[in-house]
This record gives sequence, structure tokens and C-alpha cells, in this order.
Amino acid sequence: MKYYDKLIFELSKKGRTGFSLPENEFCASRNCGRKPSGCLCNALPENLRRAEAPALPEVGEVDVVRHYTNLSQMNFGVDTGFYPLGSCTMKYNPKINEEVASMPGLQALHPLQPASTVQGALEVYYNMEKALSAITGMSCFTFNPCAGAHGELTGLMIMRQYHILRGDLKRTKVIVPDSAHGTNPASAAVCGLEVVVVKSNADGLVDVADLKPLLGDDIAGIMMTNPNTLGLFEREIGEIAALVHECGGLLYYDGANMNPLLGMVRPGDMGFDIMHLNLHKTFSTPHGGGGPGSGPVGVAARLEHCLPLPRVVRNGDGTFGILGESDESAGKVSGFMGNFGIILRAYAYILSLGKQNVRLAGKFATMSANYIKESLKECYKLPIPSVCKHEFVFDGLINDGSRPEETAADGTVTPAVPGATTLDVAKRLLDFGFHAPTIYFPLLFHQTIMIEPTETESKETIDEFIAVMRKIAEEAAADPMILKSAPHNAPISRPDETRAARQPVLKFRDAE
Amino acid sequence: MATFSYFPHTEDDIRKMLQRIGVSSIDDLYNDVPGEFLYKGEYDLPDAMSEQQIREHFAALDSRNTKLKIFAGAGAYDHYTPSVVPYLAARSEFSTAYTPYQAEISQGTLRYIFEYQSMICELTGMEISNASMYDGPTAAAEAMFMAIACTKKKTRVLLSDTLLPNVRKVVETYARFHGVALGNIAQKDGQTSLESLKAELEAGDVAGIIVPAVNRFGIVEDFTGFADAVHEAKAIVVEYCDPSVLAVIKTPGEWGFDVAVGDGQSLGLPLNYGGPYVGFMACAKEHVRKLPGRIVGQTVDAEGKRCFVLTLQAREQHIRREKATSNICSNESLMALYVTIYLSLMGPEGMHKVNSLSSCGAHYLHDELLATGKFEEVFTAPFVKEFVLKPLVPAEQLQQALLDAGYFGALATEEGYVSFCVTEKRTKAEIDGLVNVVKGL
Repeated sequence: MKYYDKLIFELSKKGRTGFSLPENEFCASRNCGRKPSGCLCNALPENLRRAEAPALPEVGEVDVVRHYTNLSQMNFGVDTGFYPLGSCTMKYNPKINEEVASMPGLQALHPLQPASTVQGALEVYYNMEKALSAITGMSCFTFNPCAGAHGELTGLMIMRQYHILRGDLKRTKVIVPDSAHGTNPASAAVCGLEVVVVKSNADGLVDVADLKPLLGDDIAGIMMTNPNTLGLFEREIGEIAALVHECGGLLYYDGANMNPLLGMVRPGDMGFDIMHLNLHKTFSTPHGGGGPGSGPVGVAARLEHCLPLPRVVRNGDGTFGILGESDESAGKVSGFMGNFGIILRAYAYILSLGKQNVRLAGKFATMSANYIKESLKECYKLPIPSVCKHEFVFDGLINDGSRPEETAADGTVTPAVPGATTLDVAKRLLDFGFHAPTIYFPLLFHQTIMIEPTETESKETIDEFIAVMRKIAEEAAADPMILKSAPHNAPISRPDETRAARQPVLKFRDAE
Repeated sequence: MATFSYFPHTEDDIRKMLQRIGVSSIDDLYNDVPGEFLYKGEYDLPDAMSEQQIREHFAALDSRNTKLKIFAGAGAYDHYTPSVVPYLAARSEFSTAYTPYQAEISQGTLRYIFEYQSMICELTGMEISNASMYDGPTAAAEAMFMAIACTKKKTRVLLSDTLLPNVRKVVETYARFHGVALGNIAQKDGQTSLESLKAELEAGDVAGIIVPAVNRFGIVEDFTGFADAVHEAKAIVVEYCDPSVLAVIKTPGEWGFDVAVGDGQSLGLPLNYGGPYVGFMACAKEHVRKLPGRIVGQTVDAEGKRCFVLTLQAREQHIRREKATSNICSNESLMALYVTIYLSLMGPEGMHKVNSLSSCGAHYLHDELLATGKFEEVFTAPFVKEFVLKPLVPAEQLQQALLDAGYFGALATEEGYVSFCVTEKRTKAEIDGLVNVVKGL
């Protein structure tokens, strides 16, 4: 990767253009013909026009192509190298998925077209709903949510709607484990629910004894991630489900960690009533540098009437229709039906897995995670040694290289050496061509390193990663400064984040 | 074992890996899962398809959709996407990257988001933009929360009757569950009524209002007097806007508004049957601490080199957990890249031309349709690319006749009007063709 220091605005030269548009064939017919762009003068009175044109860059097509190509070369993606990012499931993004999602016919469909003209698109939704239901054991799905957190919010709206329709209005609290993804409590708050935290026990699992007294007729439900964010399967899920259902609550499954269960365990069978999936995690669609994703939400049959709309239905004659309105639906959570382009990619992935390969995905992900864990536990603190699923956490280096201040017999003082932290390990990894793991999450430990390899990485790649992690541990023990000054080979060294926050420069005009 | 191209494990790999772990089979790694939860049935999925079969399957699906000339808008616009846009955005260094938390190896993403934020500020006339959101309607819902957060203790947000129905419905859904009371600002002659607004403000407890720059009738609204009235009531104004049209019309910044939201789809994104699109959100400086979503800022690295990072993160959900006022975690980064590349290519002149072409085509269609005698004019207010007329034939019959001839237009409004939209992609011949269908009714 090489450093490139331009912004597109800095390439701008007055009068240069990068577009190709047709000539205006209408001016003559409207007699406005002062100049080719004159029609707007007629259409818009002076007081509704902006005073000055926006100061967008004026650049040629070649400038644009080179600039963004150069920018891309400062970026790391799954196609560049290994991304052991815990809870993010950075698996390979198959290229046939990109091809089919880019088919011009599919891209040209307007979201408000009548059902009769989009039968192919509706069939994709219908088939996806069937496939995801088969994989998860849920009854039906909505594809309206655009991301995982959006799915969580939608799922909680469905949960509340279910209680509201039954006239059970006291249920305004939701239980969230202390190891939960940060979005869980945030989604609950946005949905108007009060968050009650349930603690983890010494094994890193939800403490059932701590849960019991929280349950009552004010509990709307519980949000769980299984395996949880430590990569541990919540073994007591059967009992937890029974307890929550007994008190009249519902179980929400955060699908961020679904990957190890893909082809092995179905959330519906564990007693979950509502769940979301991250198609950009479990179903191989690209993360896009932070989106677009897709967060479909599945529910048990008794909650189907609460799903947001629109959704696709199959008519008696075998054609597909669109259900747009109902009195019982939780409402509308996004502009149209969903992130269709992402759903097409995930659908292609599911077709390539089929009933045969789906059995293997979760297993390989789990095997690779355990292999890394067992290979590195001599150098990194392993707070919970039990078998993990698709991910696990270390709590920093065993030997961080720190040394106390020493005063020699002659009085000379050797200053203390601060130890290498998890952040330092993460930054040093970048030098070796690996993305960093997730760090400082979950919050249960101080130096958390959360590693998730996924099923698409080969043993050679993983072995190389293990060798580098060992080398970094050796470097830390010998001289923590090597880590503290890392990265050394990236396009930039560590950014001054304090300055970014204290003297915010958030657009080009601020920087000028 | 390695019969599936996405799984690289050979028999030998598996044996060695299991040996290191100390188990004899992968299934042993699931011993902590109670047996009753291990799924033993066959998955009700199709047989695995080869790449060629997948390609053929999608071609068959595509053939079951009808190819239409798009004369509809209502929040999704058929503007032209230059070939450079998807070409560059498809570069896997962009598309297969994660959120740019590791700034040192994410300068590509961070720089284009900074450029995107700069361009959104140029279009809206606002001071600060976030890194993008899911789509326009959800951005409007987030703006509603922002109004509540900015004004403390007030619980009511007013929505103009002229907002697009899908924006209104999403805001209503979020409001109902969060406990925000919504009020309505009535319309007069197809525009948000200042009198109605003032009456609602009188009633008190208003945190903010949401009004559309270009409304569901296609009208470019005149907001004279709005900012003063709302600010006097210590509330904020949120404008919902089509960012393409903002290149020529008076901006929310010029109106003196506080927040601008909308959907960036009109800036080079394909229609894509409704998504992925990209919500944008920009605000005046004083509200930055309440602005949801990610923000990229400029700084320097340890050696003083200019670089970019995610900043002001203390506002975000993963830090604030249950104290968060938004749960938004991702942005629609790759779609923001579409917007950035599109606007770079278009520049100020291209954006003016897109609007000019669309406007000329739309006014031509408007006049030609009226001349058929099958419509009545409803409003006389200014419009750019979208307008409504009152059909003298049943709306459904009209839409179906157009569909049969290969045109999608004449979307019915709740009042029984029909809307048409013309972008720079529509030629005079296509418009004449549509008008001929109407003449034949």
C-alpha cells in the first residue's frame, strides 16, 4: 500500500467536466431558449433558486478514475488478506454473487412497480424467505431492515407489537446480558424499552441464578447472542427459554454470531421467537467498508401478523404478490422492501451452498477458531479455556515486556518500560499484512482480543497468522517499543485521534 | 472434502487441525450443544448449484420481470449512472473492506467518506454531514430523534402533510415505539401551510418539524417565514430533500434550517428495486453532538502526514449502549462512494444540466398531457422533474394502459391525482410515445 495525499477537490480546475449527457431536445418546444440550460430559469422563480452553484469538484473522467484507484490502494479488504475480526464474520465474498446482483434488468426495477411486472424479483424474496426459514427454524422473514442493528430494532418493535396487540401493556423492560453487542441495549432504548442487564457467570455464560429474579410480568423479552460474544455456546438456553416463556416474555436471537451454527443448530429449535440475520456476515455479502448490509428478521408463526410491511406473499394461482398494509403490522421500517441488491447476493450464496455444503460452513468456522486458540494460548492469556465456536477471546499478552523502574547499586535509574497492550498487538499485525482482530470488546476483560477466522481461510493462511502472532509476542517480551510504534509499513502511522476530536475538520471547506 | 470452492480444507488439513485441538472429529467441538438442539434433519434447501447453474437461474428470474420505461419517482429516481461509478465502486479494496476502524489501512474508505461529507455539505448548505445512513426515510426518523434530543423535555414533532407517504410511515413507526408524539401540518394548494404550522406551534411542546423541499406532488416548496416561526418556538426545522434537485434549488442552509436529510439514490444509484440506497444527514454546527451515525474527520499521523479517522465517537451506540439516542451502527459506505464518484464526475455544471434536462422533459410532458384533454391541472406551483395531474379517466386504467405499452408512470396519490417523473434519461420520443398512449384512451 502506498500513501497518496490528494482529495478530489484538490484536483479541481474550473471548466473541466467528467460527464456525458445528451443535448437538450426540449428547449425549442418550450420557447424558453435563452441557453440550453435555460429551462430552469422558467421553472424556478428567483427566490426558490440557490444563490451559488455547489462547489463540487470540476474534474475529468481520467482524474476521477485515477484518484479513486489510488484511494483504493490505501485500503485493506477481504480480497487483500486475512481479516480475523471477531463478531464480524469476514468470510470470502464470492464473485458470482456480484455478477448476478449487477444484472442490468434487476437493477432497473423501480420499487413501486406493480407486482405483475416484478414477478422475478418477488420470487427472489419468496425463495429467500423459504431458505432462511429452513436454515433458522423460524416461520417467516421480513427483509425490510437494512443492517444488523436495524434488524434488532425491527425485531424489538415486533416484540412490543405482539405484547401490545394482546393488551399486555406492562411489558416495557428487556433483559440484555452484560456480554451483549453494544447495539442490543441501544436498539432497546430506541424502541422505548428499559434495559435490564443480566450478568455472566465465571464460565462466561448467562448466569441463570441472576436471571431468575429479573423475570416478571414487566419483561417484554430477552436478547441473546448464542454463541455469545466470547464465542461460547449458551448451554443452558433450553432452561432460559423455558423461564422467559413462563414469565410471558419472548426470546430475541442476535444473529451476528450465527455463523458457527450454520448447518448445525437452528435458533427456532432453541426456543427463540424473533431473530435477525446479518446477510453481510453469515451469507457472504461484502461489508462495503461499512455497508450496505441487510438484516432480515425472522419470527415464529405466532408473531407473523406483527411483521413490518411490505412483504411478499404467494397467491393462490402461484404468482407472487405484495402485502402492503395491515392493521396488526408493527409498521414500516425502511423506504421500500429492503436492500434488494444485497439479498440477491445472499441468495446466490445460498444456492451455491445448497442443502449439501450448508452442513459444512459452521463446522469449518468452529474448527479454525479452536485451532488458532489452541495454537496461541502459550503466548496470549486465555481467560476461558473451554471449547469455543466461531470466535474466542484472549485477554492480552502473557508477557507484555513491561519492566519496573530499577535503581542500580551506583544510583543510576533505569526508567520503567510500559508493556505492550492489545492495541499495540493489533497495530503490529497490520505490518505483516493482516487486518487486526476486534479489540477491547466484549467489555468483560481489560485487554480483549477477539479472533474469528471464518470457514473460508486455508490452513496455510491461518498458520501464517499464528506464526506472526507468536513473533509479535516475542517482540513484545524483548522490546515493547517495536509494537508501540507500529504500524511501520502502512500508508500512515497512528493518527492523532485527540486532535481529530478537539479541532474537528469534517469537510474540505474546513481544511482550506 | 475440498469439493466446494469456498472451503479450502483438505482431509489432511482437517486431520492436522483436529490433532492440535485434541479432538477426533469436528462434531466433538459441538459437544457443549445439548443434543436436542443439533439439527439432524435434512435442510429444506435446493441442491447445491454450480456457478453456471446460478447464472442461468438468475437469467430466468430476470426474464420474469417486465422491462419498462420509468416515468415514476416518489422517492426513487431513474437518473443515469455513468459507467465509471459502478466500475470504481466495484474495486474489491473498497467493497470487501470492513468499517474503517483500523485507520492505518483504511485511508481509502476514510478519504472518500470525507469527500462525501464535503459534497453533502455543498449540496445542502449545511455545516456538518455524517458518513451516511440506511436510506432517506430512516434518516428522517433519526432526525425526529435528533429534534427531541436537541430541545430536551419537548415531546412533539410535526410532519408536513406533503411528505412522501413512505417517509411519513417510517417516521410514524419509529415515533410510536419510542414514544414521540407526532402532529400534522396541513397543506394549502399543495404546499406546507405556514398558518397551520403557526397554529401547531402555538399549541406548544414542539421539538421540531419535518418538511419536504420537493414534496409528494413534485412541488418545490416556498419556506418563507418557516425558520423564524420555528426557531421562535425554540424548535428545529428538518428538511427532507432530493439531493439531486438541491444542486439548483434554494438549500436548507439558505432557508436557515437546522437539519437536512434525504435519500442519495438520485445521485447515481441504480433503482435496484428499492435498495441499497443511502440516507444522508447534515446539520448546523451547534447540533453536532446530537448528530447520529459515523463522522470522519481530518487529522495527522505520528509523522505529521495528513490522514483521516472516524471521530467524535463518544456519540455512538457502541460506546453509549442503553444511553444511546440512536442505535445506528453502519453507514451505507459503498453507496456513499457511488454518490461521491457521481458528484465528482458531474461537477456543478453536470448537476445543473441533469436538472435542466429533467425539468425541460417534465414540463414538456406536463404540457403535452394537459393538451390531450384527459387531465386537469391541480397545482400551479413550481416543479422540476415531478408533477401531479388529476386524471379524467380512472387512475388504474391509465396506469395499466401505460404498463401495457411499456411505460411505468401515473402513480396514484391518496387524493386521486397521478404523478409523473421525467429524468434526463427520458427522450422526447419516449415522452411522445407515452402521450400517444394517453391520447388513445
